[in-house]
Amino acid sequence: MRLLYFAWVKEKTGIAAEEIDIPARVATIADLIAWLKTRGPEFANAFAAPEVVRAAIDHAHVRHDAPVRDAREIAFFPPVTGG
Amino acid sequence: MIRIQQEDFDIGAELAQLTSGHQDIGAVVTFTGQVRGTAEGRPLTAMTIEHYPGMTERELEAIEREANARFDLKKSLIVHRYGTLKPGDNIVLVITASAHRDAAFDAAKFLMDYLKGWAPFWKRETGPDGDRWVGAEDRDDAATSGWEKPAKDAAE
Repeated sequence: MRLLYFAWVKEKTGIAAEEIDIPARVATIADLIAWLKTRGPEFANAFAAPEVVRAAIDHAHVRHDAPVRDAREIAFFPPVTGG
Repeated sequence: MIRIQQEDFDIGAELAQLTSGHQDIGAVVTFTGQVRGTAEGRPLTAMTIEHYPGMTERELEAIEREANARFDLKKSLIVHRYGTLKPGDNIVLVITASAHRDAAFDAAKFLMDYLKGWAPFWKRETGPDGDRWVGAEDRDDAATSGWEKPAKDAAE
């Protein structure tokens, strides 16, 4: 699956996009965040306060309890500040 | 209609193009968002706007559909810029056109409020003492506000 990071989440992880296979036990966005945090200090820092990180699956906003198994693209980003 | 672009827009030209040939329009409201020269008391020299190509279009189209469902609009337009902007530059344009003024006024406010809550744009401010993501330090507010989406558009 494809993971994307935006704004300060991208700056903290140090990457904008990656293709990745996630472990079978990762069922939800919250699980995915918990797993990403184990990948290194950059990820632990980016997701240190997971409640402020928003997620989207295939271009739609989702909550952290959303299932990820069928996702093609998952994005993580801060609260939006457009307008 | 929605557009996401780096280049500036011409409000008069956009308005003329949107309403030309429509004799059922009696009211047109335009809103323009611009870059302020200060941010929380600090001077600002530039603002860089990042967005999520693909999702941004989808969100703006959903926002416009929702406005047209709620208000009796004849025409509507959202233009949002991205890239690096300077104080005084245009950021966003919303135009709403309706038979009578209430729908146009209400829809313009709705579009802007909804866009600010949901469209995936992020602003980074540059000042003399460095860069800062807008909202990045407002963690408590960010965690609790604007999370729930109206049921109609809520993600499953």
